[in-house]
Amino acid sequence: MMTLSGAFFGVIRRDLSIALRHRGDLLNPLFFFLIVVTLVPLGISPEPARLAAMAPGMIWISALLATLLALDNLFRADFTDGSLVQLMLSPQPLWLLVLAKIIAHWLVTGLPVVLFSPLLGLMLSLPEAGFLPLLLGLILGTAVFSLLGAVGAALTVALHKGSVLLSLLVMPLYVPVLIFGTSAVQRAVDGVSYGGVMAMLAAASAFTLLVAPFAAAGALKVGING
Amino acid sequence: MSSQPLLEFQALTFERDDWPLFSDLSGTIKAGEILQITGPNGCGKTTLLQVLATIQPVNRGTLRWLGNNIAQCLQQYLAIIAFIGHKPGLKLSLTPRENLQWLAKLQPLTRCTSAEALARIGLAGFEDVPCYTLSAGQLRRAALAALCMTQATLWFLDEPLTALDVEGIANLEALLLEHVAKGGAVVLSSHQPLVNPLVRTLALDTMAEAGL
Repeated sequence: MMTLSGAFFGVIRRDLSIALRHRGDLLNPLFFFLIVVTLVPLGISPEPARLAAMAPGMIWISALLATLLALDNLFRADFTDGSLVQLMLSPQPLWLLVLAKIIAHWLVTGLPVVLFSPLLGLMLSLPEAGFLPLLLGLILGTAVFSLLGAVGAALTVALHKGSVLLSLLVMPLYVPVLIFGTSAVQRAVDGVSYGGVMAMLAAASAFTLLVAPFAAAGALKVGING
Repeated sequence: MSSQPLLEFQALTFERDDWPLFSDLSGTIKAGEILQITGPNGCGKTTLLQVLATIQPVNRGTLRWLGNNIAQCLQQYLAIIAFIGHKPGLKLSLTPRENLQWLAKLQPLTRCTSAEALARIGLAGFEDVPCYTLSAGQLRRAALAALCMTQATLWFLDEPLTALDVEGIANLEALLLEHVAKGGAVVLSSHQPLVNPLVRTLALDTMAEAGL
């Protein structure tokens, strides 16, 4: 049966089951995230005071790069095998189907990064006050990464060297999120209120949630024709 | 059944990199018709099919469905078309059944179940094996199984005979005949002549429409 919710959850379920059958692709961004953060104490200094100073930035930067790593495949795999065209020919609103794909993408790339971040905070001796803003900020921030990234991924879907262009397109848009995300953690560690910074992050994710599915759907219509 | 054409295209022009692929192409597709687009490689058969299925925008010209401009009734138009490109549109890590069930959530594939469709197209017993284990011809059959299920009246098939064996071609032709007998219409591109006498051809190289 063809219903709005059926189509929405159908797309999410299919993308999740594909991800589960390609476990290598699924774990790649997470491994990248874990390896980068694990190497920091080895490469720079195991001294807790120095690690703690770097922890918020290091965790956020590796989270950003981990999501960027998986972004290129958001629409490209479906474009290559022709199923993206079938998705776009559905009479259901395209922005809703695109939103479903973004949610599935976040569940397999953003969410694992969020879940592992406290562990990495521990490894980098992040002070206790920083854990909650790190977790909250990463939930909001990775959502923005997936939503904004989808617009870039849609625009570059048919380009052969699209991944380089994609990084250039979305990186400037990721920078404010990175700044707010790290400063929220830093402020909490310094004992200053971080509510305002977190509110900015929440506003950014609410705004991109409203706008990005429409923008990505429009971008796909342009993008699939090269 | 009204004599109004199902689909009408007027003065379609499509340019790629400032090079006209086809220009001022006009024609109609009526219910009960099979239109075969022929022409040499690279003459724009796929592009024309994609334009008619609204996947690619036209540079100039209009598309009308039952007399209405398609830009004004896109959602309704999408609900009555089926498009199968030369890429089968199947996820190789999923099974044919899973692929069809996913498609059925997006498009009006309600005439029969995916198992019945796969049996009809000659893939009984392959419902639950991953698509990467299937051969090219079996993949093509799995993609075409969607046609057994769809409620769409207007089918666009890009090289549907590719990789099909004799039995597969016969299956597909029977399916097409059944569809047009019920008042549907088919536009397909192919280099092989279909044995079906109802087929009208549109030769893109000469821009002349035969059989009108």
